[in-house]
Amino acid sequence: MTGAQTDPSTHSSAPAAAAYGPPVESRRPHLGHALASEWTKLVSVRSTLWTLGSLVVVVVGIGMIFIAQTSSGDYANIPFTTPALFGMLVGQLAVMVLGVLTITSEHGTGLVRTTFTAAPDRHRVLTAKYLVFGLVAFLTSAGSVFVVGTAAAIAHNGAGAGSHSTGEWAGALEGSFYVTLLGLLALAVGALVRHSAGAIAVMIGVVTLPPVAGAMLSIWEASAPLGRLVLQHNAPVALMQLFGMPSGTSPSGSPQTMPADLTQMALMLLVTGAAMAASYVVVGRRDV
Amino acid sequence: MIEAVGLTKRFGAKTAVDQLSFQVRPGHVTGFLGPNGSGKSTTMRMILGLDRPTAGHVTINGHAFRELPNAQRHVGALLDAKAMHGGRRARTHLLSIAQLSGIPEKRVDEVLAVVGLQDAARQRTKGFSLGMGQRLGIATALLGDPQVLLFDEPVNGLDPEGILWVRNLMRRLAAEGRTVFVSSHLMSEMAVTADHLIVIGRGRLLADMSTQEFITHNSAGFARVRVAGTGPDGRDAFAEILRKDGARVLQEPDGALRVTGLELPRISDLAHEGGLRLWELSPHRASLEEAYMRMTRSSVEYTSTDDPRAQLWETDPLALPQWEEGPAAPEVPQTGFFAPPPPAATGGSGFLMPSEPGELAASAQNNPEASR
Ligand SMILES: Nc1ncnc2c1ncn2[C@@H]1O[C@H](COP(=O)(O)OP(=O)(O)O)[C@@H](O)[C@H]1O
Ligand SMILES: [Mg+2]
Repeated sequence: MTGAQTDPSTHSSAPAAAAYGPPVESRRPHLGHALASEWTKLVSVRSTLWTLGSLVVVVVGIGMIFIAQTSSGDYANIPFTTPALFGMLVGQLAVMVLGVLTITSEHGTGLVRTTFTAAPDRHRVLTAKYLVFGLVAFLTSAGSVFVVGTAAAIAHNGAGAGSHSTGEWAGALEGSFYVTLLGLLALAVGALVRHSAGAIAVMIGVVTLPPVAGAMLSIWEASAPLGRLVLQHNAPVALMQLFGMPSGTSPSGSPQTMPADLTQMALMLLVTGAAMAASYVVVGRRDV
Repeated sequence: MIEAVGLTKRFGAKTAVDQLSFQVRPGHVTGFLGPNGSGKSTTMRMILGLDRPTAGHVTINGHAFRELPNAQRHVGALLDAKAMHGGRRARTHLLSIAQLSGIPEKRVDEVLAVVGLQDAARQRTKGFSLGMGQRLGIATALLGDPQVLLFDEPVNGLDPEGILWVRNLMRRLAAEGRTVFVSSHLMSEMAVTADHLIVIGRGRLLADMSTQEFITHNSAGFARVRVAGTGPDGRDAFAEILRKDGARVLQEPDGALRVTGLELPRISDLAHEGGLRLWELSPHRASLEEAYMRMTRSSVEYTSTDDPRAQLWETDPLALPQWEEGPAAPEVPQTGFFAPPPPAATGGSGFLMPSEPGELAASAQNNPEASR
């Protein structure tokens, strides 16, 4: 196999010029280039298909089962998008796994060295990863929710369903955005930890530990207020709330004790933002 | 042009690269030679801005790598043949890297043709052999048609045909006026590929000279002389005669003498004058591989007791010639083949195996500090 006959520098004309310079114009690459590269990377591996595919299957599948088991009357007090919640509680794991893999797969294979050699402005690459992954995760989540919500609205628009406003769709979009934030948090954790299994373990802890920890803290008199706070401010509860199940886990049964949607979202934004900021600092400085 | 000044990298207590200063010039293939673990890859990672030097700095065409306006158009590198996502197809892998700098898609097909991977373009890279991985890595390095190229052990895993191909590619790239920096732990490979050699051991500079100089200095000829008879008397007497005539004489374990500094006819004449018969008088040439091994053996990181080469590095005290004097008594290995005495030990100012690598680095011609 001697394909070497082709000249590697097809643009080069001077045969033995001592001062060889890149003949192709040498403009500084911008974020758009990195976005194209990340898009190619994302769509060219199977893990994307598996994770996003399972998100769609779980959200739509469980949603359809829920719709099949309910009647119009059940939607008197809940939005049509609520059936998507149950799938989303499982599907958020898939989003987080994809978020982690977006960066850790590069570290695991050593590809990150090739990437950062081709693009030493690492922040440009990281930003592109956040944007491409975030957009894809949001569109997939929102799309699945929309399918379930529409199906519910069509199947159960009987008299018993009562009146429904477009506000509940906004809530569903907020819920999808919340799941996207979890995915971005996972990507940030992946960038910090650099190890797939480690980062996924951290993210599973972030989602599953607070309800358990909150319940345990509530056992003792002294820590009970803190426990209640933790029980009210965590990812699964926030997700339920955003999808229109306000009284779902309220311990006292009084909805007004629950924090506002905005508080839940702000909290999540704060955590994700902090992790992302840390990832920029660390990725920019660290040896790879 | 790559220029390193006092480049140092420590990993905790371990110093992987120690005060390395060198220049890599355009238009040449520069070999970066050193045993495993001597710090070649770490140096390359520092050149590429992947690792942060503990001390010192390195520039490419006057810029720190990470400050190059369009790195991919200036520098291409192959660091690790396995540094790719196994689930991605070869062409997509290249495309994703090309897109980072807005390199047009047709360039991807061009470099695939250059490395001969057209037919494997749609294959997932996890099915690639090491050799195919190396080719894809080289294709990645060529994407931006860069002026400076770095290859870390590019012939690893290649078959002889592949090795020849890489060698020709490097030479052609250098002939086009590019700066080509290739690492290897094999002297034999570098001797035929590189015009210039930078040799390191334990992270320190051991030699920085043209390959031709390296060969002249390190593969000096010598004569093997065996005096008739089995006793040591005739041998010792003849060694004395030879030394008086200006030769350097070492005793080999089988009883023969290793003579440098005298022509064969002169040795024969001396034997005749001394009334001695010779059973052997033969010309020899030490191989570059020996010279390299001798140079780096004090700095070899991983030696196994089972390693057949280990005996080459072991000095048998009994084999040391009793009559040898002077400060630079070379150790003579017990068995196997032998390296020539360092030319500098005979008074020349040529290359020698320093006890302190810094000495040599300081005297190396291409020391950037000296040339300024
Ligand atoms: N990331 C790292 N952490 C700790 N030690 C390292 C790291 N990278 C390299 N080393 C050590 O530095 C030394 C030089 O390694 P390397 O540059 O890979 O050598 P070479 O490429 O010449 O075989 C080795 O002893 C290696 O163990
Ligand atoms: Mg190496």
